[in-house]
Amino acid sequence: MTAADAAARLREQFAVEPTVDGSLVSAAVAPEQWQPVARFARSTLGCLYFSFLTAVDWKEQGMEILCRVENLDARLAVMLRTRLAAGVDRCSTLTGIWRGADWMERECWDMFGVRFDGHPDHRRILLGEDWEGHPLRKDYAVDTPHAPYR
Amino acid sequence: MTLPPLAYHALVGFVVLNVVIGMVTYVTLLERKFAARMQSRIGPYYVGPHGLLQPIADAIKLMIKEDVVPTAADRWVYNLAPIVFLVPCVLIFATLPFAPGLGVADLNIGVLFFLAVSSLEIVGLFMGGWGSNNKYALLSAMRAVNQIISYDLPFVFAALVPVVLAGSLQMSVIVEAQRGLWFGAYPVIGWLSFIAFLVATLAAENRVPFDILEAESELVAGFRVEYSGMKFALIQLGEYAHMIGTSFLGALLFLGGWLGPGSDYVLIGAFWFLLKAMLVFLVITWVRWSFVRIRVDQILAISWKLLLPASLVLLLAAAFWVAVRGGHGA
Amino acid sequence: MVHQTVEIGYGGSERLTMNMGPQHPSAHGVFRAILTLEGETVVGVDAVIGYLHRCHEKLGETLTYVQYPSIASKTDYVAAMTAELAYVSAVELVGKIDVPKRAQWLRVLAAELQRVASHCLWLGTWCMDMGGALGGGATVFLYAIREREDILDLFESLTGARLLYGFHQPGGTRYDLPAGWTEQCRKTLDRVEQRLGEYEAMLEDNAFFLVRTQGVGVISRELAQEIGVSGPLLRGSGVNHDLRTAAPYSSYEAFEFRVPVETAGDCYARYRVRMVEFRESIKIARQALDGLPEGPISSRPGVKSVGQVRVPKGEGYARVEGARGEVGCYLVADGGAKPYRLKWRGASFSNLSVLPHILPGVKVADVVAIMGSVDPVFGEVDR
Repeated sequence: MTAADAAARLREQFAVEPTVDGSLVSAAVAPEQWQPVARFARSTLGCLYFSFLTAVDWKEQGMEILCRVENLDARLAVMLRTRLAAGVDRCSTLTGIWRGADWMERECWDMFGVRFDGHPDHRRILLGEDWEGHPLRKDYAVDTPHAPYR
Repeated sequence: MTLPPLAYHALVGFVVLNVVIGMVTYVTLLERKFAARMQSRIGPYYVGPHGLLQPIADAIKLMIKEDVVPTAADRWVYNLAPIVFLVPCVLIFATLPFAPGLGVADLNIGVLFFLAVSSLEIVGLFMGGWGSNNKYALLSAMRAVNQIISYDLPFVFAALVPVVLAGSLQMSVIVEAQRGLWFGAYPVIGWLSFIAFLVATLAAENRVPFDILEAESELVAGFRVEYSGMKFALIQLGEYAHMIGTSFLGALLFLGGWLGPGSDYVLIGAFWFLLKAMLVFLVITWVRWSFVRIRVDQILAISWKLLLPASLVLLLAAAFWVAVRGGHGA
Repeated sequence: MVHQTVEIGYGGSERLTMNMGPQHPSAHGVFRAILTLEGETVVGVDAVIGYLHRCHEKLGETLTYVQYPSIASKTDYVAAMTAELAYVSAVELVGKIDVPKRAQWLRVLAAELQRVASHCLWLGTWCMDMGGALGGGATVFLYAIREREDILDLFESLTGARLLYGFHQPGGTRYDLPAGWTEQCRKTLDRVEQRLGEYEAMLEDNAFFLVRTQGVGVISRELAQEIGVSGPLLRGSGVNHDLRTAAPYSSYEAFEFRVPVETAGDCYARYRVRMVEFRESIKIARQALDGLPEGPISSRPGVKSVGQVRVPKGEGYARVEGARGEVGCYLVADGGAKPYRLKWRGASFSNLSVLPHILPGVKVADVVAIMGSVDPVFGEVDR
């Protein structure tokens, strides 16, 4: 399975426009397609390896969720991305597809405040349970002192 | 001038007790220096010439440290445990003869007394683990009971082989029976039972690779995790005293005690005895600083599946041999 | 998932919850595991991390491309060279900055020495986990730390620092080799290589070491991939994946070396992988010393201002094979002197997240052995 094959498969299955850069296929999908595309990447494209999941805060253009998975045997990497509408902070979980998504999604909730529906253990991971706000959001006030650091 | 017997024994006991405590402090220095050499470092060096005063500095430090009792601890059990632990560890020296006629009491059941008293340390150990009201200490106490009970049997059986060979439970008789050949060098039966004795000693002393009660990488410090200052010092003292006592026993039972060139003189005999005991101690130390710790289930498996049957067979073999060829007793 | 518990034996009515860490001799920093025990057996694990969290990703957004590399080394402070390398690689990838050949080779040299130094620390601490600070483990620890010191001495004469180097910068390296360094390096490598054999003899000929490691903490090939573990853990589970060969960066294609793969997936397999990596790294470092090309060490010599490096709008994911696995940097640039978004994919984070899946069912003593074999560095887990 080459990157071009994978891109073609994705194109016919989900009507998306993947870009190919070397061995990396990048596909932007709609939020409701997030789980089906991921399942497809795992079962059909053979991307068993879960590299990372994160988010980028594009301010008024909404939150983008990124997930990179790989097929190590074919040396194929797939970067899945989905854009949540501005003000939306819910996304479906990938924990049922890759177990490695567990901690990554918790970190994403911790840092960006994105809720992953269906996550089995939806707690903060790096910050304390009593932390207010989600620091990696662009609107997070860095210079405002937080208790107990005044 | 002759002293009344009670005063005489009290005096000897006092001297032996102090010699033992002094030895314990210096044996720690010996072990630290020895370990340092093995690990390509120097070890204690700055207190006194070549660190010779280090044990004393440590003792003073421990004595003047604050005594912390956890609020949740069971105060009575917690405070009593170091004493209950220490007493049997020191008491075992009562029947050890250091040289012909030099010792507190050369009982005719000396070995039995030693074995019986030395396994009492488990009571203090468990009290400490239980009374601390700490989960690490509790787990450690649990492991202690498992391990020490498992290893007492092979320890006793291995120690009984020389008893059978010599035909006596009296330490001095056992030593004298080795005049021709040390029991540690006695073909096959002696060799194997000496090895079994060493392994069982390691386990009974909770030394690496059997130090699962202390296990500082899992249980932090095991049953003594909550002890500090003088109580901690008492536990350490007890542990090392027990270890030296067992090394003495090993030297007596297997390495011919005080026998050696010129051993008719009491002091030379005592010197040989100490030398042999320190050799046993250094072997234990050597093993300690070169092995990794094994798991509790593996420790129990070694005891029940290997060491216990093996030592039992050895004991039977020794008994059979003595029945056929006659013993070595005087 | 995380709260999964396994029912063993007598119905599980006598459970003990034991807290291990963050202050614990085997916490490897500040790991906290809340263990549920039945007797000696672990039936449930709740892993708590974040005690060392400094929000490196936010820091990355507030510092310029020139300032951040020396901070990047603080993510994985045990292998700072590769952490820096991941960041500057990402900057160079997105900014399309060339790196001269000599700088690439110097980076390989530094990365491989760093791998040796990092594995030294792993070997020592792992043995200490199993053998105790008052036992045979401490002996191995002191031996291994002695070798690490030798390599840190090399780094000290190269960069002036022993732990956090600031050696890499976008476009190349900051320092060239000082006079006499090559000979010193060769001598150190010879010494380390010779002593590796001693450690192997000390550990592998020891039955107790074998029973503690073989068959303990098995990570299946499938689980390893699903979790996304990398480095020696992944290769110990039978996946032949090393970024140095799978996606060569920084001229790794010019070097000859072997990628060790073990299939057992237990602690011993991971140990074997790392021991072979030791030797392969030494081999690569020797090749780098032999064939070091002449030329400039940076395509952007001299730092005149902190905002000097500007990266055009774009994004990219650069990754390197660190001592613990895939250290990746996902960088989104908006054309300024600072990144818009910086994501660290720490190898230790993914590696550690395998623990809740493999710990249930093992004994307490194995918890520390398994954790040591994962080799987490908490600077990289918590970032």
